[in-house]
Amino acid sequence: MNNWLYILFTFLVSYTIRVLPFTLIRKPITNSFIRSFLYYVPYITLAVMTFPAILYATKTPISGLLALFTGVFLAYRGKSYPIVAVACCIVVFLFDLLF
Amino acid sequence: MKDALPIGIAYFAVAFSLGIAMRNAGLTSIQGFFFSALNFASAGEYAAVQVIASQGTYLAAALATLIANARYLLMSTILSQKLSSQTPYYHRFLIAFGITDELFGINIAQKGYLEPFYQYGATTLAILCWAIGTSIGIYAGTALPEQIVNALGVALFGMFLAIIIPPTKKDKIVAFFIILSFFCSFIVQYIPYIQKLSSGSKTIILTLILSTIAAYFFPIKAKEGNQHE
Repeated sequence: MNNWLYILFTFLVSYTIRVLPFTLIRKPITNSFIRSFLYYVPYITLAVMTFPAILYATKTPISGLLALFTGVFLAYRGKSYPIVAVACCIVVFLFDLLF
Repeated sequence: MKDALPIGIAYFAVAFSLGIAMRNAGLTSIQGFFFSALNFASAGEYAAVQVIASQGTYLAAALATLIANARYLLMSTILSQKLSSQTPYYHRFLIAFGITDELFGINIAQKGYLEPFYQYGATTLAILCWAIGTSIGIYAGTALPEQIVNALGVALFGMFLAIIIPPTKKDKIVAFFIILSFFCSFIVQYIPYIQKLSSGSKTIILTLILSTIAAYFFPIKAKEGNQHE
């Protein structure tokens, strides 16, 4: 397997998704099932990728779990992407420093 | 301007953590640079890197990218209605390249048509930071102290949480499916046969199954299609 070919194919997919609605498909999607499916996909796929992977991204699962709680709490309170991402890092850093 | 610093740090941290994942998957700094510059998508790249780490097929990598980036199809559809119908095609091709969650969030709140040249300045800078951050993550992943690498490693997940959690305040079905996704993603590690699949394949399969169930049992009403308003 060639890494450059992986990069080429993923690029083609990423760009096609973004450019189609701007060029060829200019009408809103009307099919209820497809609309609903597309609505749920982002939440589900990001959730699947986040947990349990966040537990294994750190030295101990506990600091990963703390980062998860921190992220969920701050995101629920409406904090922006940068604040949430950096706060998760700080929690892990401090936890690993202290324990 | 006061927002620029945290955004810059976060971009770098998230790109860096992606770089760490790429290094583990065997990508070089140069490859990581182009990977990030061309895809410009945290989740999409991470999903593809999971496939690459297990040396999956090109089709699996493409499929993982498609699913993790599917939300851009919706965002792009909504943003395309904010384009003047006279916007020439070369502008359309260029603006589409830079669609991200942040850009979408900024633009959807603004009145009037999208201004192409305003987009290009912000997008070019963001893509450069993003690609360089990834590159540095791959290159310096071993050079930095382990504690810093570990800490930066969760930035990507923090970003994912910042995308998926806020809508749960208004949409309890989304909240339910996020919890169900966490749960399913956790237990598949212990199910015979399925546990042997790569994490990229698991992500694809779980997403397709759970999203189909959600769409079938809880179809969204026509007016609620725009979840970002």
